[in-house]
Amino acid sequence: MELIEVPLHAVAHSRAGDKGNRGNLSLMPYDPALYPLLAEQVTEARVLALFAHRGATRCVRYDLPLIHAFNFVIDDVLEGGVNGSLNLDGHGKSLSFRLLSLTVQVPADLSRPPPPAC
Amino acid sequence: MSDLFLVGNASGFSGDRVDAAPPVVRALIRSGKPAALFFECLAERTIALAQIEKRRDPEAGYEPMLERLLEPILADCAKAGIPILGNFGAANPVAAARCVARLARRLGIPDLRIGVVTGDDVSGSVDLGTLTAHEADAGFDMSSWVLVSANAYIGAAPLAEALAKGAQVVVAGRTSDPSLAIAPLMHHFGWAEDDWQALAAGAACGHLLECGSQVTGGVFWDPGFKDIPDPANIGFPIAEVARDGSMVITKPEDTGGLVDLRSIKEQLLYELHDPAAYLTPDVVMDITGVTLDQVGRDRVALRGVRGHARPDRLKVTACYEGSWLGEGEVSVAGPNALARARATADVLLQRVQQRGLARRARADLIGVSAVHDSDDGALWRSYDGPEPPDIRIRLAVETTTRDDADQAAREVLAMLCCGTAGTSGARWRVTPRILTRSFLVPRAMVPTEVRVLEARAWN
Repeated sequence: MELIEVPLHAVAHSRAGDKGNRGNLSLMPYDPALYPLLAEQVTEARVLALFAHRGATRCVRYDLPLIHAFNFVIDDVLEGGVNGSLNLDGHGKSLSFRLLSLTVQVPADLSRPPPPAC
Repeated sequence: MSDLFLVGNASGFSGDRVDAAPPVVRALIRSGKPAALFFECLAERTIALAQIEKRRDPEAGYEPMLERLLEPILADCAKAGIPILGNFGAANPVAAARCVARLARRLGIPDLRIGVVTGDDVSGSVDLGTLTAHEADAGFDMSSWVLVSANAYIGAAPLAEALAKGAQVVVAGRTSDPSLAIAPLMHHFGWAEDDWQALAAGAACGHLLECGSQVTGGVFWDPGFKDIPDPANIGFPIAEVARDGSMVITKPEDTGGLVDLRSIKEQLLYELHDPAAYLTPDVVMDITGVTLDQVGRDRVALRGVRGHARPDRLKVTACYEGSWLGEGEVSVAGPNALARARATADVLLQRVQQRGLARRARADLIGVSAVHDSDDGALWRSYDGPEPPDIRIRLAVETTTRDDADQAAREVLAMLCCGTAGTSGARWRVTPRILTRSFLVPRAMVPTEVRVLEARAWN
């Protein structure tokens, strides 16, 4: 099986949410067949490293295999959160797209988002 | 299919599209099923800003768009027996009720029954110093802080009580967002306050709908990857909930946006931490057993939500007067823009530092990195990609006084003469900041009151 490197954005989608100085990022592959591969490659450590420059201290990944989704909860990633941050995006709602810039190795035939089911 | 109750949403925050409600109401009426409509209008600090408005004007402090939101649909909902619920009362639910009453009288429905739920405002009744801090908020000394507002997140029971008393509009201040959907379901199906399974389904319904279009294509569409029809006219969501708690999420037929597995998953996990324990005042929701099925165009069925006993205590969020935020921006463009932008950012930071204006300062290069960057500019300082053609330099400072924030922000203005070649387009502003801290309060310390009167009697 030939593997190619793609940004997560090519094969998955994500949404960011906030509560105080903690952010959460969901991550869902478009194709459920990629769920085990993402589980292997998109680790808590890699996601924490992606936000190290923001001072993130901890990342916990919750797996929801029944709906082929992951939830990453990242502590201290919002530089104080919406009421404390000097960032234009105090809520951190754009951070889902930083996660989607992370690269993964996927089979070439699964490297594009499939059309929606309906 | 006979025993279904429909819940529609027409606002996901204060600031949402004001023309969302009519298509939702038309769809609810077309369905011929019993239904309710809710508006979610309160983010964490919205209520503090509303409290400041109320101090300025005792008749202010509620959702400023309230009349605009309700006018197109109030008479139709009253006629069709569709109750409207909202936390649009913000810091002043009674004044909001009077506003709805004036509108109802103007629309020729003076007998409209308007209910008000109060008791969430605990700023005068609870000594916050005696409460347990919520999670990460422990360990702050707040004794010298100036309190602006303190509100408990109240649950669905008082809202359902207002419906039981015949309210056709229920005005609340701070409630938990999902409670706005749980209440009409409790009222319709007669769910008990400790029927955790049913309440958890209600919480899932509320959680999916509370952000309005976020479940029907809003903050979802990504051209070429996740396209949606007619993003200028996204339809707001409707849940068709069965007595057993299973539900279908859909949207009005004649609207843009979409409902599919992707949009549902994004919203299901939105602002969620442990998926086995999402805390609301009504129930602890567990979505780890949820399954989803696309059962038609723009129709997704959700099953398998589990519920656990509600938390003993309610969450209170207190807002305090904070520091000042000063912001200023200037632009550079064309050849060597990146070098000029970096130099501008460094000089602005040096200026506020040598004048001793800011407790904390930050510069962003908008067009290189801004929203993903850190206070120390780790990303723009290390950027080695292609030369951007057009960059906006932003300075942001936190200061102790308004004057310091103003002086710091005006440093961008001075760059029009003192800055790098071709510096232009200065804008600056100063904003007061709000600090928030959360606590846990015993339920008995937050008594609620429900009052229902006809529009003609709200004066």
